Amino acid sequence: MIGRFDAKIPPGPLDQKWRNHLDHSRLVSPHNRRKFEIIVVGSGLAGGSAAATLGELGYRVKCFCFQDSPRRAHSIAAQGGINAAKNYQNDGDSVYRLFYDTIKGGDFRSREANVYRLAEISNNIIDQCVAQGVPFAREYGGLLANRSFGGAQVSRTFYARGQTGQQLLLGCYQALCRQIAAGTVQMFPQTEMLDVVLVNGHAKGIVTRSLYSGKIERHAADAVVLATGGYGNVFYLSTNARGCNVTATYRAYKRGALFANPAFTQIHPTCIPVSGDYQSKLTLMSESLRNDGRVWVPKRKEDRDRAPREIPETDRDYYLERKYPSYGNLSPRDISSRAAKEVCDEGRGVGPGGRGVYLDFADAIKRLGEHTIRERYGNLFEVYEKITGEDAYKMPMRIYPAVHYTMGGLWVDYDLMSNVPGLFVIGEANFSDHGANRLGASALMQGLADGYFVLPNTLPNYLAGQMGKRPSSDCPEFREVEVGVRARIEKLLNINGSRSVDSFHRELGLLLWDLCGMSRHEKGLREALKKIPELRTEFWHEVRVPGNGDDFNQSLERAGRVADFLEFAELMCIDALERDESAGAHFREEHQTADGEALRDDENHAAVFAWEFQGDGQPPKLYREPLNFETVHLTQRSYK
Amino acid sequence: MNFKLKIWRQANPKTPGKLVEYEVRDISPNTSFLEMLDILNETLVKAGKEPIAFDSDCREGICGTCSLTVNGEPHGPDHPGAVCELYMRKFRDGAAIIVEPFRVGSFPLVKDLVIDRRALDRIVQAGGFISARAGSAPEANSILVPKHDADLAMEAAACIGCGACAAACPNGSAMLFAAAKVSHLSFLPQGHPERDSRVLRMVSVMDAEGFGNCTNTYECEAVCPAEISASFIAKLNREYTRAAMQRSAGE
Repeated sequence: MIGRFDAKIPPGPLDQKWRNHLDHSRLVSPHNRRKFEIIVVGSGLAGGSAAATLGELGYRVKCFCFQDSPRRAHSIAAQGGINAAKNYQNDGDSVYRLFYDTIKGGDFRSREANVYRLAEISNNIIDQCVAQGVPFAREYGGLLANRSFGGAQVSRTFYARGQTGQQLLLGCYQALCRQIAAGTVQMFPQTEMLDVVLVNGHAKGIVTRSLYSGKIERHAADAVVLATGGYGNVFYLSTNARGCNVTATYRAYKRGALFANPAFTQIHPTCIPVSGDYQSKLTLMSESLRNDGRVWVPKRKEDRDRAPREIPETDRDYYLERKYPSYGNLSPRDISSRAAKEVCDEGRGVGPGGRGVYLDFADAIKRLGEHTIRERYGNLFEVYEKITGEDAYKMPMRIYPAVHYTMGGLWVDYDLMSNVPGLFVIGEANFSDHGANRLGASALMQGLADGYFVLPNTLPNYLAGQMGKRPSSDCPEFREVEVGVRARIEKLLNINGSRSVDSFHRELGLLLWDLCGMSRHEKGLREALKKIPELRTEFWHEVRVPGNGDDFNQSLERAGRVADFLEFAELMCIDALERDESAGAHFREEHQTADGEALRDDENHAAVFAWEFQGDGQPPKLYREPLNFETVHLTQRSYK
Repeated sequence: MNFKLKIWRQANPKTPGKLVEYEVRDISPNTSFLEMLDILNETLVKAGKEPIAFDSDCREGICGTCSLTVNGEPHGPDHPGAVCELYMRKFRDGAAIIVEPFRVGSFPLVKDLVIDRRALDRIVQAGGFISARAGSAPEANSILVPKHDADLAMEAAACIGCGACAAACPNGSAMLFAAAKVSHLSFLPQGHPERDSRVLRMVSVMDAEGFGNCTNTYECEAVCPAEISASFIAKLNREYTRAAMQRSAGE
């Protein structure tokens, strides 16, 4: 293995680990920082905040994104909010409680030390965002407002209407713009990273392709930071933007970085149901809607085609409130999603194809008035009407679970460095904080924690020993990687088959949704592991990529990404098969309690599964990082 | 549903472009406009032709990537909303639809329907931010913002940066875009220390990028997917005048 497989959790009591670590970390002095070049790939909440903060500290930063502007990174689409342990509501919140809710929400498959640090930093994030002008919702007295999210019994979520991700991202985009103007950050929009370059076992640069001109370039640096988001688009249909992909992290995996827990994929319970096979993406309806909306299906199958308003109260099954009375409609995402699948499997689902449940606002409108509901969720109701043509003030929304977020990602230690020295991974691209299931309003928190506060303090630990070791981008290692990148592009362009890139992607997505989606079983996973390589072979023989490589060519961009998805999908299924237990969003049908809840196997599987690439066609090698729980007591998760 | 499309094709900025006719058939009314173009592209690839290049990413109206002019209107006929939120049920069966890129001198064309909008980033880089170093922020609730101001700031901050305002404006003006950012930051107390230099620098870069001036045609407001009010342009003008006068008075 390249580098070390050691989480490097600092010693000491949980609540002092981060402080102790900072006290003993190495530093790079201000006059030396400009001697270091840092590459940041991705400009979302994690990458954007990291690039801006590192630039401000005095490092020379190059930031890359495939979008035409850093402001369009997919963090922009996050709706509901961001958690912090401020306890502004005086409702019993604390750093410990946010930590505990996150560990429990993740079904005890994340590191205590990382999650505790996240909860500690959450408060600094809110301070930082307010200072840079993020227009959070406020009370009449001018103080910040909060709302509740799934998996918590306190109101700790800060929000900016239904556009919290947009506002937080614009905050860090603006900070990034300031650094670009100051000359500390050089921005490369419309530029896709196609491989990472290792020199003497250290990550020292990347090879990129300009999407406008097709130009291939080599960039050398002292360290490489990947902030390239999640891989939810492996399922084709997801709430992710069309461009989201696994290429950066998968290329790093093929160069020796370990990929952790790839099977942990989150299915979000409240999305607009699929309406046809031409559909290009699924749209999320924020979890915040579950504060006021009630989820139900008819008690009897026969009622499923009846108009919802004609079904009397006594014939409705508010199944979340029934099964989980204390959390009710705000039960965590994995549990709510499976419950929806279960009632639809029973034939009680509503809408076309029977794959939908109602999210009903009638009671909230009666209680609070339509005006209040409009003020809280107006934009979401508009989006719903645009897509479905239905008015959710008059009739309940129909929702169904959809792929939304990926907890798995590249393995990192406490410093957020992968096993490859010099390769740091932040935000959704790493695996570190959400275990087997992420709670709502925690992705924004993690992205910004990593970028504003963790990475800027841990990166010097690596850099301090690297002064003067930046190679030239002309060295043989760079040339060799560039040759590989060019060869792959040529190969894709010369297949000249008969099928479009999207048709392969769609087929892969359907296969994974069926066999490695909301619930999984051994037989299905083995079937997927047989079918994926077949589809991959067909892709490399039958795909048609029109146009050429030295031009703006969207088919080529997608072809490269889908080719990586076709390999990555296999890793995901291998991990899902190996994890012979149910945990959070990873539900193995063989392992469930009598009432259908996920049944963990703490004795054998309380561990991070980290996979090492062994060569094309070879099975990957598994490393297990045991999870040691010193503070929390492992329990069967209960939201009843 | 069936449609007759006329779509702008242009291989690169150097060669002239033209409208090319296509037909699409059996489109479900629940298909989005961009999905309809996906379907068309699929048939073009199958026929060995080059697909139509167009930009999109989130496909839910928030990232601001999509940028089509449909029948002469930026983002098409279903306002407010980005063209990715436009559904075919809004057209009548058999309709003829003309699809072009956003046409603005400051947004050079890349290919077909794809344009380069980096000029908007440069306006923000000129001063569309609050300088706040990570690590030095005060406790969040120590800064009180009246709800009314916070709401106004949010209304302005909702801009998705798509550039439809400039595309709709007969003068190719990006005033609504710049006004939204200037207003967002000047409604908040945190934005006050840099208030003057911000507006002066942003306006000067906006002019240098070749965007035109505002002559109150309100076309921008009519097509804005984020419903940014043109009254923010009045706010921009006030902010600009105030800053310019203070500068000239030597303050």
